[in-house]
Amino acid sequence: MNVPAAWYLVLAALLFGVGAYGLLTKRSALIIFMCVELMLNAANLTFVTFARTLSDVGGQATVFFVMVVAAAEVTVGLGIVVAVFRRRSSTSVDELSEMKG
Amino acid sequence: MAHVATLILLMPLVGFALVMLLGAFMDEKQVGYLATGVVAVSFVLSVLTFILLLHHSSREVTVNLFTWISVGTLHVPAALLVDPLSITMCLFVTGISALIHLYSIGYMHAERDYKKFFLYLNLFVFSMLLLVLANNLVLTFVGWEGVGLCSYWLVSFYFERDSAASAGKKAFVYNRVGDVGMLIAMFLLFSRLHTLTYLSIFAKAGTLTPTVATLVVLTLLLGATGKSAQIPLFNWLPDAMEGPTPVSALIHAATMVTAGVYLLCRMSPVLALSVPGRTTIAIVGGVTAFVAATIACSQKDIKKVLAFSTISQIGYMVLAVGVGAYSAAIFLMISHAFFKALLFLGSGSVIHSLNGEQDLRKMGGLAKFLPLTFPTFLIGWLTISGVPPFAAFWSKGDVLANVFEYSKLLWLLGVLTALLTAYYMSRLFVLTFRGTERFREVTEGHDPHESPWVMTAPLVVLAALSVVGGLLDLPWVHRDSLAGFLNPTFGFIPVIGHASGLAQTGLAVVDVAVAVLGILAAFSIWRAGAEQPRYESSFLENVWHWDDFYDATIGRPLTMASQFGDDVVEPNIIDGAVEGIARSVGRSADGLRKVQSGFVRQYALATALGLAVIVVYLVARAG
Repeated sequence: MNVPAAWYLVLAALLFGVGAYGLLTKRSALIIFMCVELMLNAANLTFVTFARTLSDVGGQATVFFVMVVAAAEVTVGLGIVVAVFRRRSSTSVDELSEMKG
Repeated sequence: MAHVATLILLMPLVGFALVMLLGAFMDEKQVGYLATGVVAVSFVLSVLTFILLLHHSSREVTVNLFTWISVGTLHVPAALLVDPLSITMCLFVTGISALIHLYSIGYMHAERDYKKFFLYLNLFVFSMLLLVLANNLVLTFVGWEGVGLCSYWLVSFYFERDSAASAGKKAFVYNRVGDVGMLIAMFLLFSRLHTLTYLSIFAKAGTLTPTVATLVVLTLLLGATGKSAQIPLFNWLPDAMEGPTPVSALIHAATMVTAGVYLLCRMSPVLALSVPGRTTIAIVGGVTAFVAATIACSQKDIKKVLAFSTISQIGYMVLAVGVGAYSAAIFLMISHAFFKALLFLGSGSVIHSLNGEQDLRKMGGLAKFLPLTFPTFLIGWLTISGVPPFAAFWSKGDVLANVFEYSKLLWLLGVLTALLTAYYMSRLFVLTFRGTERFREVTEGHDPHESPWVMTAPLVVLAALSVVGGLLDLPWVHRDSLAGFLNPTFGFIPVIGHASGLAQTGLAVVDVAVAVLGILAAFSIWRAGAEQPRYESSFLENVWHWDDFYDATIGRPLTMASQFGDDVVEPNIIDGAVEGIARSVGRSADGLRKVQSGFVRQYALATALGLAVIVVYLVARAG
């Protein structure tokens, strides 16, 4: 079965949209993380789609890089979230505004 | 000969280096005699070079040391030019310097900065020799600046005194104004001739247009007026008397101040191209000679009288250069070095014996206390007054005879100056050595004492030279004497009909007559007493209000401009600009910090919107 590339792209756009919406509306740091992951993987999906369509392995290679960097980022990010939660018993990003101008 | 000529130059530098490096391990005597010794050796080497040059096939020997600057078409070698003019200068510069070094050993005895004094003095001699021996304008300029710098150091040698410090500054600033003139002359010559070496300049000088030649001559004259203390830049020399007396004798009478005259003589082939330029030189010289002589008549400080006298005598030399009598100018320069060094050193001996007193009104009747200073000063006085057979009678007579052929008006000015010279020098002589003893207050009742031999020996030598100096160039043997030796160097000698024997005798009679007249007038007036304000007009005493004029036209407007800058420009415009920028950055930052609200979602929204804008822009552009 040959799925047309457009379907993948539409799926990626939907995933990205969901992620972006969540990022902009949710307060919990954890949920925001998950939304970021959604957006990253939406982007990965487009990379892979075009890599297959254009028969260019470069797109797939990029995806690996993105996944590695995202994993590292999540490690650090979750560490910070845990540290913040320990101090404040909350992960609401709206309350984290000490650095405002 | 090349090595000997190089050594002339290097000896004082060696002395400088030795005193600099080893001075700490030497006592006063050793430093003094070392510094004197190297200059004396320099003199012996100059004599040797002179003899070698006399027997050399060519009278122009260039000694190449090394290439100094080589950029594009500018090639400046560090090279010496040994020719009759430079070797004549070397002979009298090193000779007089050696005598004055010796004198300084006694005069500067037990001074605080004794070693530093000799350090400067040796460096000065080196710079002066570099100035006269250089074979191009750039190297001459190095020496020119070197002597100016040493002059600055030595004028303000007693720098704790405010007057000495500001006198040094004044000398330096006036000289800088002249230096600009010399630099412009160099730029002009290089832009037209593409060389700064004397011999090549002379070879190509014919291609200069009359306008450029006149400009070069006038800018050179500006340089010369700075260094040689001529109108309009003469005011620094009287103030320079703040330095120790040997310095006044060496730098501000015998050697450095003649550098301007030397430069003009050296550039004689260029001077030959511009009649207006030479006329200007003659007028500047004649007027300076006269103005300075009038001022000298009313000064109360013994050294100031001699300072104005020096300005006046250099005026004669410049006048001689202007009328094209270069060898007469050099002749006067040499004899002037003899008798003016003698007079300055004699006055130093007087000042020394009176515990540093310089006021003529507090001297008088010193003749019997100073058995060696008195007769030598007497000779110096008769010499400068123009009494035959002493040196200045011949040299000044030579200048005046040449001026007479050129312009009767300038000659009259010269004769009037000679009259004044005899007058003010006799006044100085009477007030110092004759009349009542007015010094008891200064010496606290003691008798003044004669100076040690190191100070009197140079006086005797210089007095002897002043007596016989005329032999260098007696009028009836011009061809075989100094003039005959020098003239090939000057190339073009403006042809002015030589006066007949009878006319020359007549001129000499006039010279003697004015000398006698001046002496008699001074004696009849000043024997009566030292306080005669009637003969010392305040106009003359205040130097024709020349300093006041500069103060009013240059000094005060500049001070006002600076004050304006301090009061208005600095706080409002400069500080205003700097602080205004700081304030506006601060204000905009105050506005911008509200953007950083602390709400992460707001940042994310801003990012998303920014991205949207970029996408829309890219799409729109692609479409």
